[in-house]
Amino acid sequence: MEVAPFSLVEPLAGGALIGLAAGLLRLGTGHIAGISGILRLGVRGPDRGWQVAFLAGLLLAGLAAAAQAGPRLAAGLEKASLTALVVGGLLVGIGTGLGNGCTSGHGICGLARFSKRSLAAVAVFMGMAFLTVLIRRLGGWL
Amino acid sequence: MRIAIALLSGLIFGIGLALSGMASPDKVIGFLDLTGRWDPSLAFVMGGGLVVAMPFYWLAARRGTALCGDALGEPGERAIDARLLGGAALFGIGWGIAGLCPGPALLDLAVQPLAAGVFCAAMLGGLLLSRRD
Repeated sequence: MEVAPFSLVEPLAGGALIGLAAGLLRLGTGHIAGISGILRLGVRGPDRGWQVAFLAGLLLAGLAAAAQAGPRLAAGLEKASLTALVVGGLLVGIGTGLGNGCTSGHGICGLARFSKRSLAAVAVFMGMAFLTVLIRRLGGWL
Repeated sequence: MRIAIALLSGLIFGIGLALSGMASPDKVIGFLDLTGRWDPSLAFVMGGGLVVAMPFYWLAARRGTALCGDALGEPGERAIDARLLGGAALFGIGWGIAGLCPGPALLDLAVQPLAAGVFCAAMLGGLLLSRRD
């Protein structure tokens, strides 16, 4: 397998900031920085103040990043078909709702607290994502 | 205080996500696609995130409470069951179809409101439908 040229700086620095944000939220408030859960409870939660604040920060960061980077922030999104967006969105929503977490909740926070549930979830969603892209490739849909 | 920390955490989280490149479906699919030229970036994002988050989590667990005095939130579920694994599987399929997971999708609303908006609306619908809170 050939490895594409890549830079270590942005992924590591970006990842470190994500880890810092998750760590700050945990140590400061005791909460887990799982975006799917924060989104769900921010929209429909019993006591949703902190979730709304977190989401506001995230959306603000999006505006800042958009001003800085422009369209390349979301490079590739323009190619996505309406079907891919709707079906992908529904599956991500239902899946993270049932599975109680996404890339951040299980992948960063869950693994950072050595949760066996999160390790199992990460192995399954990573495996299925690799498989899905492989099937899209083989079928000529990518 | 809690609100200020949450706002700051969301802001730093979003800036990190944008800097990491993971708000781009091309970048995510580049990691998930093993048939062409593989882009390992996402592994370093997760690795970097874990290494930095771990000491905070360790410190929080050692203290037993958060700095604001609240108890540490623990997920209610404990078992590795069909619901967890089935949910993770569906999430993985959706992630592989669109190249977006929840954080990047919200971030991308700022640059491609229409495409990201459709994804986020479907995602939110799925999230709210899949559970009764």
